[in-house]
Amino acid sequence: MADQHAISTSIHPSRSAQNPLQRFLMATELDTRLLGMIGALAIIWIGFNIFSGGLFLTPRNLWNLSVQTASVAVMVTGMVLVIVTRNIDLSVGSILGLVGMVMGVMQTDILPTQLGLGLGNPMIWVLSLATGLLVGTCIGGLQGVIIAYLRVPAFIVTLGGYLVWRGAAWWVTMGRTVAPMDPTFQLMGGGPSGSVGAFWSWVVGFFACAAILVVIYWSRRQRLRFNFPLRPVWAEVALAVIGCGLAISAVAVANAYPWPVRIAASYAEERGIPVPESGLFISHGIAVPVLIALGVGVVMTFIATRTRFGRYVFAMGGNPEAAELAGINTRWVTVKIFMLMGALCAIAAAISTARLNAATNALGTLDELYVIAAAVIGGTSLAGGVGTIAGALLGALVMQSLQSGMVLMGLDSPLQSIVVGVVLVFAVWLDTLYRRNKH
Amino acid sequence: MLDTGTPLVEMHDISISFGGIRAVDHASIDLYPGEVVGLLGHNGAGKSTLIKILSGAYKRDTGSIRINGEDAAINNPRDAKGYGIETIYQQLAVADNVDAAANLFLGREITTAIGTLDDAAMESKAREVMGRLNPNFRRFKEPVKALSGGQRQSVAIARAILFNARILIMDEPTAALGPQETAQVGDLIKQLKSDGIGIFLISHDIHDVFDLADRVVVMKNGQVVGSARTEDVTKDEVLGMIILGKVPPGATPGPGAIAD
Repeated sequence: MADQHAISTSIHPSRSAQNPLQRFLMATELDTRLLGMIGALAIIWIGFNIFSGGLFLTPRNLWNLSVQTASVAVMVTGMVLVIVTRNIDLSVGSILGLVGMVMGVMQTDILPTQLGLGLGNPMIWVLSLATGLLVGTCIGGLQGVIIAYLRVPAFIVTLGGYLVWRGAAWWVTMGRTVAPMDPTFQLMGGGPSGSVGAFWSWVVGFFACAAILVVIYWSRRQRLRFNFPLRPVWAEVALAVIGCGLAISAVAVANAYPWPVRIAASYAEERGIPVPESGLFISHGIAVPVLIALGVGVVMTFIATRTRFGRYVFAMGGNPEAAELAGINTRWVTVKIFMLMGALCAIAAAISTARLNAATNALGTLDELYVIAAAVIGGTSLAGGVGTIAGALLGALVMQSLQSGMVLMGLDSPLQSIVVGVVLVFAVWLDTLYRRNKH
Repeated sequence: MLDTGTPLVEMHDISISFGGIRAVDHASIDLYPGEVVGLLGHNGAGKSTLIKILSGAYKRDTGSIRINGEDAAINNPRDAKGYGIETIYQQLAVADNVDAAANLFLGREITTAIGTLDDAAMESKAREVMGRLNPNFRRFKEPVKALSGGQRQSVAIARAILFNARILIMDEPTAALGPQETAQVGDLIKQLKSDGIGIFLISHDIHDVFDLADRVVVMKNGQVVGSARTEDVTKDEVLGMIILGKVPPGATPGPGAIAD
């Protein structure tokens, strides 16, 4: 073994791999855990497709699945950082409820009537969203300060928050449901108008492909600069093809789902477009909430892996004492994590209220459990120090796929809860096995 | 050359209590440039506590710290690093889940022009420093958790010297190591010493430090028993200081010395 380690550093380790699969994995440096999750997701999708008689893998269902996942996906990116630092946040569903109510009241009452902007003013959605983000960040910051500086365990602080913010959501309007939302604000919830259409979806797909190529090129250049082992060229090409292929097929699926016939017809009538015999085909394209979730995922991945803050989060999770002794202001980092979590809850609240086109004080009930479950299924370790944003996003997709698939198969809702619960425990057990075998 | 000029570190009359127990009781120690001082004593003698005050992990109740003859305000580990004080802790204070380069630069990361982490630059620098310390070290991409005790120790030492420490504190530096790795650490200490770095070696085992140290300071029950140049005393005499608090003729007695 010692001799193997002593080989020149500029030769990529994949040279020493035996079988082709192992060689492929080593050469591309893909995370096997993440691949395992993608495999599990594929099995779930294909399984549901067979058992539901081909209803699951349709553009319509996949598009809906993506929209349904968006809200939890946004929150789970923050939950990863919270759990990585050995904390927990049980209050995210309640924060979502409270912030949703605040944004609802802002755009239906305070801004248009009390401040006299008038309904439909283009500033309304911006100001509502900004207020929501501010409230969410402040709530997260408050909880973070109590956890970091007053040394109350996060479990207790956010358990208190779970009750406090849910109660506060009720107090905003004394339990009254607020509707309808501002038309521009509604776009954040998806639906035919809340999707970007075929052309812009292709633009997004194009930029995604370009970004993949730039990242691959950039990392190769960095390795060259410092004379590190390079991935073989065929592996780089394979990565580029797989990445771009996924982006393009996702766009193709979103574009294959047309607007409902009636909405398309009335749209055509308004614009005076002639409707052909076979019916008008207007693509949904990627939904706005999905774009928001993807954007959040990219930004959070960047924060987690490319910034000092992200590095500190993981170091604190691995060894809090070492992080403190290394001179990291661990308390302030903790506060920042919870502020970020609060802000993400606000974004999720905007997506949820816009999608429902109403703010209710029960919005987001049980979301904390789905978010935590998604993070854990996605490979975030409750012992701290381990977790990825991409894994957690996949975890959110797995959870939502299970739920959506069971609805398609017509399973009773109590049975759905049972299945989700069992899958959660099973997934974590598998992960424990995987980690044990690895070392 | 030793004992001339201003001491690098003077800790004077330091006391600290934890819940009524006086862990360090009016202790004073000093350290000169290029000197290795062994701080000895039983477990619980107060040596680690005293040194954690210098590295900023604990805040002293009373007493003063002077660095290069000037009063120093050390309230947390960041302040201590600001004075060029680097510490290698007994429990190997490394973050297990990140790689060697991330550990070396923890808290002082190299960033690119736009403020993002420059991992390639950090890994390159880490390879350079580790290559000097431990030429067989190759596992840069793996989390530190996967490394052996000696490799982890070299990561911890590399972190300390990477930032041009002037004062190095090593708490039981060889406790977790095999004989070969211990010899490596010994060579390293000699190399650092010749660069003019002052080193505190803390140990409860006299054999770990006696051959490396220029001077030993012995603590017992939170007090300094006495100090001696290693050429003026024997190992047995120092053992007598550690166990009985008895100060031999070649040593300077401190407040904790028992009267004959």
